[in-house]
Amino acid sequence: MTDTNLVAASPEGRTRRSWTFTIGAIIVGLHLVIGLSTLFWTPYDPTGMSGGRLEMPSLSHLAGTDRLGRDLFTLIMIGSRIALVVGTGAVIIGGLIGITIGLLAAFASRTLDDILAASLDILIAFPTLLLAMLIVASSDGASLGTAIVAIGIANSAIVARLTRILAKRVLRMDYITAARISGTSWLGVVAIHILPNIWPTLLVNLALQFGLAVIAEASLSYLGLGAPPPNASWGRLLQEAQGTVYTAPFGAIAPGIALVLLVIGINLLADGLRDIGDPTRRRRR
Amino acid sequence: MPAIFSYLLRRLAILIVSIVIAAAVLFLLLRLLPGDPANALVSVGADPEQIEAARRQVGSDLPLSEQFVRFVSSLARFDLGNSFVSHAPVLPEIGKRLAVTVPLTLMSFLLAITIALPLGIVAAVKADRWYGSMISVVSQLGIAVPVFWIGILLVTVFAVNLRFFPSGGFPSRGWQRPEAAFEALVLPVVTIAIVMSASLIRYVRSAAQDVLGSDYLRTARALGASFSEALIRHGIRNGAVPVISILGIELASTLLGAVVVERVFSLPGLGSMLLLGIEQRDYPNVQGVLFISTLLVLLVGFAADLAQRIIDPRLRGRAAGSDR
Repeated sequence: MTDTNLVAASPEGRTRRSWTFTIGAIIVGLHLVIGLSTLFWTPYDPTGMSGGRLEMPSLSHLAGTDRLGRDLFTLIMIGSRIALVVGTGAVIIGGLIGITIGLLAAFASRTLDDILAASLDILIAFPTLLLAMLIVASSDGASLGTAIVAIGIANSAIVARLTRILAKRVLRMDYITAARISGTSWLGVVAIHILPNIWPTLLVNLALQFGLAVIAEASLSYLGLGAPPPNASWGRLLQEAQGTVYTAPFGAIAPGIALVLLVIGINLLADGLRDIGDPTRRRRR
Repeated sequence: MPAIFSYLLRRLAILIVSIVIAAAVLFLLLRLLPGDPANALVSVGADPEQIEAARRQVGSDLPLSEQFVRFVSSLARFDLGNSFVSHAPVLPEIGKRLAVTVPLTLMSFLLAITIALPLGIVAAVKADRWYGSMISVVSQLGIAVPVFWIGILLVTVFAVNLRFFPSGGFPSRGWQRPEAAFEALVLPVVTIAIVMSASLIRYVRSAAQDVLGSDYLRTARALGASFSEALIRHGIRNGAVPVISILGIELASTLLGAVVVERVFSLPGLGSMLLLGIEQRDYPNVQGVLFISTLLVLLVGFAADLAQRIIDPRLRGRAAGSDR
């Protein structure tokens, strides 16, 4: 195939390890381990009182307790799981819808493509969080599921626009014409030529979307439009802690640190993916 | 300059089409979602007759196409309907709220630019020094921080511990007491500006890097201009072009930031009107706020595109919309 020869393998490319990727992987991995472990074990019962109210951080309560005497570290651990679920769910939904629409637009007739492109631009101009708020608000009762779907749909416009641009670039190549002439169906062209070519760039973008989804869900929860308590996310923890910020400021800090760490980890991972990048280089190893 | 004039006309046409499409998208979103807006008007145990009356009052008994025509024609008359809850007309209420949100957004925006321009340029020019790379790292961190958390942290430090500023609220007489109004907006403005400047610095830095590596700067230096002379005469205008297009997008997202930050500091702006409308299922209010904020976003994009053409003569020959 001609496309593997477009980029020559650089000698450094073979051994180059991205440090951003490594650090990002460690941070995200830590969240993954902590988040998954809450399925089997938490230091304290997340719903019951485990100490005095609004205790300062100590050895027995690493992040102190909240206004109901619940162990904050336990709640933050559960928040980790929620954030990962939200990020994964939103990226899958946004990716599926976005890639499909983007590919359709790339293949569509000129008029249809123009209309789709203009609509996508408007949807992107419409802030993600407003769109998500609208969807959450009009569905009956906020839940984790509606938040994930809402954020996924809101982010799909950005994925769609990117997919459309990338796919159009590939479609212009001579080897697409060659593939069509040799009898490959359009579906085959998508599977064999387009997706493998645009995947690295898309993957980096989807990783960034993951981080944005985590922030968006925390914002929704903070505004009172997220999942109700047993599945409390970091956003709700922060909202509850804001009320007691005069007496116990630590509760308003710890969940935020956890959130920022996860998003930074994801962003580093995305940067690392970009560095490691090209599949054409990888295949030649 | 006829080129810029014809561009203006074409761009204006795109703006109008965009506004119509935005209205249609908004209309469809609110109508396609489950739940009749009339339900918000009646109590839980209402009999079918009452529901029918409510539907007639709201207009949701009409076919969808007719509803849309009504919606658009009332929009054209700047009539956004009346609130279901307070029965007050929506538009004047939005105007009152904008008196908080617009100053909040603009002041944050200006402060963010004031922070980001010098820091972004320093990060590019002094990339090999520790403070240059420090700026880049900190701005990288900044984009991972949710705006409401910055708000909470600022409240904790400056309102709770140091007691410099109020932790929230807005004077009930609004701008009739300017010093109190300004004081109420200090922390919210700083909150938004911190988050915005973090992402802005990255764009300014990469624009400045492009300028520094450019041939025209090298040529100017070769012809005897000093570094700062070359930068001021050629660099700023060239570097400004990509930054301005980003500024348009950033201004729009500042508006979104304002929605959340208004909740942190309990400010009576557009964001709190939207949240209240959502809680009370007050469709006309929600629809009105969303339409006006989309309108503002589209207008900002229009202005940013125009400013870009004025600064960069190279773009003027190109057709509107071809840069997509």
